[in-house]
Amino acid sequence: MASLDLHGLAVLFSFGKMRRAVALGFKTLWLHRLRSFLTMLGIVFGVCSVIAMLAVGEGAGHEAQEQIRRLGSQNIILRSVKPTEGQRLSSEQSRVLEYGLTYNDMRRIESTLPNVKVLAPGRIIRNHVFYTTRRVDAEIVGVVPWYAGIRNLRLKSGRFFSALELEGHVNVCVISENVAARLFPFLSPLRRNVRVGSDYYKVVGVVEPELGVGQAATSAGASNGSGYAPRIYIPLTAAKSRFGETLMRRSAGTFEAERVQLHEAIVQVARVDDVEETAMIVDRILARERRQKDYEMTVPLELLRQAERTKQIFNTVLGAIAAISLLVGGIGIMNIMLASVTERTREIGIRRALGAKRRDIILQFLIETVILSGTGGVIGVIIGVAIPIVISHVANMTTIVTPWAPMLAFSISALIGIVFGIYPALRAANMDPVEALRHE
Amino acid sequence: MSDTPIVALRRVTKTYRMGDSVFDALHEVDFEVHHGEYVAIMGPSGCGKSTLLNVLGCLDKPTVGHYLLGGKDVSSFDDDALSEIRGAQLGFIFQSYNLIQQLTVLENIEVPLYYQGIGAGAGRRKAKELAERVGLGNRLHHKPSELSGGQQQRVGIARALVNEPLVLLADEPTGNLDSSSGAEILELFDELRRQQKTIIMVTHDPDIGERAGRIIRLRDGKIEEDVRNGLS
Repeated sequence: MASLDLHGLAVLFSFGKMRRAVALGFKTLWLHRLRSFLTMLGIVFGVCSVIAMLAVGEGAGHEAQEQIRRLGSQNIILRSVKPTEGQRLSSEQSRVLEYGLTYNDMRRIESTLPNVKVLAPGRIIRNHVFYTTRRVDAEIVGVVPWYAGIRNLRLKSGRFFSALELEGHVNVCVISENVAARLFPFLSPLRRNVRVGSDYYKVVGVVEPELGVGQAATSAGASNGSGYAPRIYIPLTAAKSRFGETLMRRSAGTFEAERVQLHEAIVQVARVDDVEETAMIVDRILARERRQKDYEMTVPLELLRQAERTKQIFNTVLGAIAAISLLVGGIGIMNIMLASVTERTREIGIRRALGAKRRDIILQFLIETVILSGTGGVIGVIIGVAIPIVISHVANMTTIVTPWAPMLAFSISALIGIVFGIYPALRAANMDPVEALRHE
Repeated sequence: MSDTPIVALRRVTKTYRMGDSVFDALHEVDFEVHHGEYVAIMGPSGCGKSTLLNVLGCLDKPTVGHYLLGGKDVSSFDDDALSEIRGAQLGFIFQSYNLIQQLTVLENIEVPLYYQGIGAGAGRRKAKELAERVGLGNRLHHKPSELSGGQQQRVGIARALVNEPLVLLADEPTGNLDSSSGAEILELFDELRRQQKTIIMVTHDPDIGERAGRIIRLRDGKIEEDVRNGLS
């Protein structure tokens, strides 16, 4: 009977009466300040943990997705890898190890698949880069000028090299920021010459460091820069004529030489929808011609999907934890309200004798719980928005407070006030006035 | 006195069930109270005085019989309607004052008006006027705990009067007071009676019975005697 009355609450109570009921609620709660404050804490912690957790999760996910997105969602990235010992065939016991992607492979891919462009075939050589006495161990990457556009490289200063410089085998280079920082801590690197081996290259531009292909999948969320390889980019033609195709390495008395035509290539697909299917076909084309797996394929789109799924799971887990803490807060409120109802039995009896209807009593207690949880919610939102700011300053992590997170957290806390307030309120309202008045 | 009685009980029986045994707290009680009467209900403890007052106060319903308040049969009303009647037409004065501790004098007096949805401004004016009438004009913003017993009971009386009730129901209003403040309270009741208020008071004290115009004696849930002492 009393619960049916709830339907009419909004209509039956005038604004003025509601306002006075709310004022009375605040007054009653203020009378037991410490108790009200402690009761509220459960909700405060619940709400601020929801917001802070979501902000950290969102931030980490966002960073990982941003890194992957910069690899290009239309791209399929191919990379040569040295076959493992077991895979090397005994018949190939030649002095020079030959493996990896070839120019032939690229031609086959282009002629088989009409909807792709093979772009930016690149060579990667690890070597030392010098400027006067400073030295950096870097990847020297031979690329074409449009590599920058495809891989979404961001120029910090200067320019990328031009098609003309590619054709002319010119010794120019673009260095990544982390190389620049180590070689030129106090100078502008532009127009200075760095040395690789016995050749000098003129620096024409500086770019933001790029995430290595293999690293994108594993280092999702790593933001301290350790995932970025120091790189210098030179024209592919220059790379070919300066380094040739055979690389020698001497170490501890053994001599190893390897010949690799292309270290890296990017297959760009015209439509995003076709990327996954095309990747499968490219894999088959490459696999058909070789007896050993000497390449690896990375599909950023797949990584992106994976990262999204991971983020979703992450958010679900965080949400569940936060929901539990809110639930605990709600139970705390209900507990206190039940005690309060018992303690104020007499008051309830008096009010009933003086004309309070059941719904008046329900309203009175419900308002108190909603004030508790609502105020707790507001404090929780304030702290919850502040925490990510502190985290990103102190721990240097990206955090993102999406606008719906505080709204969601606050409305859940208000809802909890209603849900967990109803039972104590009904208990108060259903007391027999005669019994309640007799209560000591 | 007017013709329609303010309060009329028609063969009211209130039965309580305790386990297997059944007993009548009130048995076929039948009486009328008219406008301006001052009635004392007396009797030994356990005679049904409290049950009778609860029925009269619409806090409890008769098991059998009818209760007409101001000509309306309220014995079949539901909880909401009874709450409404209590708030609008009845004034309660309790032995232990029953003030709400966290509210001030003024706010306590206002409570019945609040539940009738009377606006804060009008309610406040009315409450102030009544506080002054019972001699508490200088205590408006005190809490009950800061007042003497006699003063608290004055607040109780002001609260009972604030909604201009049909009848005042008092349950041993001087039971917790020393004799001098008790006497002051009784004078207040005499004053109310001169203003033609209808009063029904439960009491042990024969002196109070003397002041009332009519005494109803209860014994074992039945009316033993109903006398008017000629003053009314």
